[in-house]
Amino acid sequence: MRAFFEKIGYETLRFLESYGRLGIFLVRTLKSLFTSAFKLRPVLRQIHFIGVRSTFVILFTGLFTGMVLGLQGYYTLNKFGSEGFLGSAVALGLIRELGPVLTALMVIGRAGSAICAEIGIMRNSEQIDALECMAIDPYRYLISPKLLAGIFCLPLLTAIFDVIGILGGYLVGFGLFRINTGSYFQGMYLNVDWADIKMGLVKSLVFGLLLVWIAACKGFYLHLERTGGFGAEGVSRTTTDAVVLSSVSVLVWDYLISALMI
Amino acid sequence: MSTVNSQAQNNSPVVIELAGVKKRFGRQMVLRGVDLVVHEGRTLVIVGASGTGKSVIIKHMLGLINPSRGTVKVFGRDLQRLNRRELNEVRSSFGVLFQNAALFDSMNVYDNVALPLRERTRQSKEEIHGKVMGKLELMGLEKSVDKFPAQLSGGMRKRVGLARALVLDPKVVFFDEPTTGLDVHKSNELYRLFYRTQQQLGYTAVIVSHDVPKIFKLADEVALLADGQVQGCMPPEDFQMSEQPMIRAFVEETMGHLYLSDEEEADFYA
Ligand SMILES: Nc1ncnc2c1ncn2[C@@H]1O[C@H](COP(=O)(O)OP(=O)(O)OP(=O)(O)O)[C@@H](O)[C@H]1O
Ligand SMILES: [Mg+2]
Repeated sequence: MRAFFEKIGYETLRFLESYGRLGIFLVRTLKSLFTSAFKLRPVLRQIHFIGVRSTFVILFTGLFTGMVLGLQGYYTLNKFGSEGFLGSAVALGLIRELGPVLTALMVIGRAGSAICAEIGIMRNSEQIDALECMAIDPYRYLISPKLLAGIFCLPLLTAIFDVIGILGGYLVGFGLFRINTGSYFQGMYLNVDWADIKMGLVKSLVFGLLLVWIAACKGFYLHLERTGGFGAEGVSRTTTDAVVLSSVSVLVWDYLISALMI
Repeated sequence: MSTVNSQAQNNSPVVIELAGVKKRFGRQMVLRGVDLVVHEGRTLVIVGASGTGKSVIIKHMLGLINPSRGTVKVFGRDLQRLNRRELNEVRSSFGVLFQNAALFDSMNVYDNVALPLRERTRQSKEEIHGKVMGKLELMGLEKSVDKFPAQLSGGMRKRVGLARALVLDPKVVFFDEPTTGLDVHKSNELYRLFYRTQQQLGYTAVIVSHDVPKIFKLADEVALLADGQVQGCMPPEDFQMSEQPMIRAFVEETMGHLYLSDEEEADFYA
């Protein structure tokens, strides 16, 4: 019985500790942004890695998401005899929901896992200790360029996703169902408001922060992980954890932001 | 029975001071009350069996590990009480070689050595190039500047680590086994180099080494770590003459005594 309560207490502490770490990590990273000279080059490098090199994946997934939205949307709207709304339906679905969420999930898979593994390996082989001993702030040198790049890239990638998705929806609507080009785009212009775009933008900014934050923090505190982040297996396990946690967080925050902004 | 440092007569200022440092990892008690003092411009050599906590002591001095008990002071400041910025101030005069060299494995040799200059100073590309190449030539690495750490031998990695540690002309250096993995010629060269730079720059040094007795030539003080305590910290001449049983056993063993039984010994040397 006592062991049971001890276990509960222990687990609770572990839980609080790991979330406390996430908080401290973010505060230190943000602080390092304001307390030292800003350097553009490392940020550009990370933008290249997180953003530019994700473009192809985003184009591809955006196109197919738009196409399937066109297909399913046409099927549903057709039942109510309102195919004319296809453009609005596809655009709203992409801009408010699917664009930011799917972009974030793709970037987590491509860049989030890589960020976590890279930093985790540096922790494991004492490279982060070496940085600290050289009086180079690892939060400034390693983390903050990635965080800035994430916040910068996600809205842009999301915009690409949305645009290409809307085109994909049109391709299906026009190619398969011969819908009216004018009504597709005109309906979209009429029904998509600034509020919809704002919601998409807020989401993508938050997701950009979230995914780099969680991935980098997991890697950075690899040695404090409960399962023990030792060696190659520790890195791989922690990376998996980071991908799962950031994906789930994206979906949870997606709901919260939707609920707040609707 | 930790012995008080026999340095009362030394009157240069104290740079590093460990007082009653205890450290436990889980159930394992690694340090059981370590007292050590390092004076400015002096070289402390820490010796002791593998796994006794020499690297752990260095990591305490660097502020990478906090003691479970006791204090670690550098330049009179208690490392545990410093915030990150203050800790960086203290560390900015450090040059560190880790036991595993801890090179940045996604940078080539040149960038590894150049990193401290790029991040910590505002020197031009040419100045940085000059300094980096100077240090790499000292270490005999000028032909390997483009290689990545994974493409180097163990001894080469050590030398890159040393070049990186020395590139900012530090006031205090920490070398964890600088010559392990080097051949005799290379390590002798390194000792000459240490001696000369020490004469020039007058840095304070903490060196962990298994290269006994050769390393004694560099030492102002030698400390033996055993059973989680410093078993005596004294000038090398005294160390080699010491009557303290553990030190004596250590010295005799490094002189080639194998502690075999008479019978075994006859067999061994037959
Ligand atoms: N981070 C850590 N977590 C748990 N135990 C540790 C940690 N670091 C060191 N130890 C333990 O502390 C002891 C001393 O380790 P340390 O690396 O200081 O030995 P050492 O004297 O440097 O040995 P060597 O001469 O082989 O390098 C070892 O038993 C080691 O297992
Ligand atoms: Mg060691």
